Amino acid sequence: MISFISGRLLSLMVTTLVASIVVFMLMQVLPGDPALIILGMNAEPETVAALHRQLGFDQPMWLRYLQWIGGFFVGDFGTSITYSVPISELLGPRIMVTVPLALMSMLISIFGAIVIGVYAAANRGKIGDTIAMGIAQIGVAIPNFWLALLLILLFALKLLWFPASGFSGWDDGIWNGLRSLVLPALALGLPLAAILGRVTRSAVIETLGEDFIRTARAKGLSRSAALWKHAVPNALIPVVTIVGLQFSFLLAGTIIIENVFNLPGIGRLVFQAIAQRDLVTVQSLVTLLAASVIIVNFVVDLVYGYLDPRLSNGGH
Amino acid sequence: MSNASNTAIAAEPGIVVRVLASRNLVIGLIVTFILIAMALVSFVWTPFSPTALNFAEKLQAPSLRHWFGTDNFGRDVLSMIMVGARNSIAVSIVAVVVGAGIGVPLGAVAAARGGWIDGVVMRMSDLAFAFPALLTAVIITAIFGPGAVNAMIAIGIFNIPVFARVTRGASMGLWKREYVQAARCAGRSDTAITALHILPNINHVLLVQVTIQFALAIVAEAGLSYVGLGAQPPMPSWGKMLNDAQTFIYDAPWLAIFPGLAITFAVLGLNLLGDGLRDILDPKVRRQR
Repeated sequence: MISFISGRLLSLMVTTLVASIVVFMLMQVLPGDPALIILGMNAEPETVAALHRQLGFDQPMWLRYLQWIGGFFVGDFGTSITYSVPISELLGPRIMVTVPLALMSMLISIFGAIVIGVYAAANRGKIGDTIAMGIAQIGVAIPNFWLALLLILLFALKLLWFPASGFSGWDDGIWNGLRSLVLPALALGLPLAAILGRVTRSAVIETLGEDFIRTARAKGLSRSAALWKHAVPNALIPVVTIVGLQFSFLLAGTIIIENVFNLPGIGRLVFQAIAQRDLVTVQSLVTLLAASVIIVNFVVDLVYGYLDPRLSNGGH
Repeated sequence: MSNASNTAIAAEPGIVVRVLASRNLVIGLIVTFILIAMALVSFVWTPFSPTALNFAEKLQAPSLRHWFGTDNFGRDVLSMIMVGARNSIAVSIVAVVVGAGIGVPLGAVAAARGGWIDGVVMRMSDLAFAFPALLTAVIITAIFGPGAVNAMIAIGIFNIPVFARVTRGASMGLWKREYVQAARCAGRSDTAITALHILPNINHVLLVQVTIQFALAIVAEAGLSYVGLGAQPPMPSWGKMLNDAQTFIYDAPWLAIFPGLAITFAVLGLNLLGDGLRDILDPKVRRQR
């Protein structure tokens, strides 16, 4: 187990470092001189050169990379070119939007998946199964930004239950903050619930066929008790893996969904930074996003290895 | 092997019967056919011009004259959706060809050679998976500029690791089979074995993956156009239409409903086609039924 973890940890760090190099290199080929964007197209060449020096563009590339990545270890992600403030300051309030949004979406996805997947598995082959899986099939096909528009149309404009866009901030009371996140979280979470629901169904069906379920039934446990106490907890192992894989989808989803709902989160910040050629911000945010995906997958691997010891011993 | 599989197929019902028996496949084929037909017909005929402005008929609700209504410039939504199908299909085809064209050979080499080559290919695909696909696409279109062609490349690039993994995973076990070992002993090169024995035995897996990636490419293209990085006006695209619709969502909800339905319809059809192909082509799934 120890060697399994340390091996994984090493590959995690290498992958993250290589990812940061890839991002750094990509940013070097991005067209558009940030100095010209700050100063305007008609700036004097001397002023541009001075700003280049100030931004550190006159130094060799490897030195700039080392300075930038070195900062990560002390929580310094560089200074945003457009906002002229440290990126860590930009991150604070935006994390408070994106992380709750991602968590709510994930809860919706898991809850929805268990409801639809267990229901379909328990009614396997019956009409309820067909309907549940039909709904899931459609849910998988619906793009989240379209679902977002439909949710806005129904719940914000017709029923007036939730705000159509914007975020009131947490100072206004937790309930108001949560209210502005409900529709975005549904738009992100429901399509994921459909994908996860199909996985849950087949996982539950598979466990229902195992010997220990027969034993549980034989010792007098009711069908629903055997289902919820034994089949579902065991079926959750493969489901956990998919939840981890969905994290990357979720992050990508926030980029579009935060734009649809005009939410001041990380996804919108990345998108705006790309549009404004705020290279340092893009570079640091993309690296942080990639690192979070790598770390989440690492944690999922660990949980999976813990739940299923065969993997950590025999596997790598 | 080829003898064994021939007798196995002969004992089963014919291909037409198997296709018709899979509801997923039939629906998937019909939807995909409608999608392609819509795109092809749009080259020679659309109810109205998809680009001509007609302010006299702007923001009309669906009617017999304009089945899906008109937008704020008076353009017919059905005509725009038909032409938009062209864009979606073209972007997705190129994206899948780029992804499979590079990913399949990479995966095949990784499986054939193993060792450090396998390690490098797999670590590279791990790395690619660390970047949320859409984020990569946004960055790539930011580097090369927005547009349909760059959207194709951007989506194609994140298809590469998917095809590399699937190809490697499916062919790995085949290299240990007796008939492959025999071919090796007979002096066949790895390339020849891959072409003659490995790829023909995994083509059903690849075909299913192609339909899945095609569906994902349609969503990705719509997402990129939605944020303004895909096809540029006046070329209609489903994602762009949804973005334009947002301004008028209260007064003209049909503008938001029909392009979204088109995307969902296309993706649903391709997913069903993929499921259906898996049903009839994958021997493992076939045996379970």
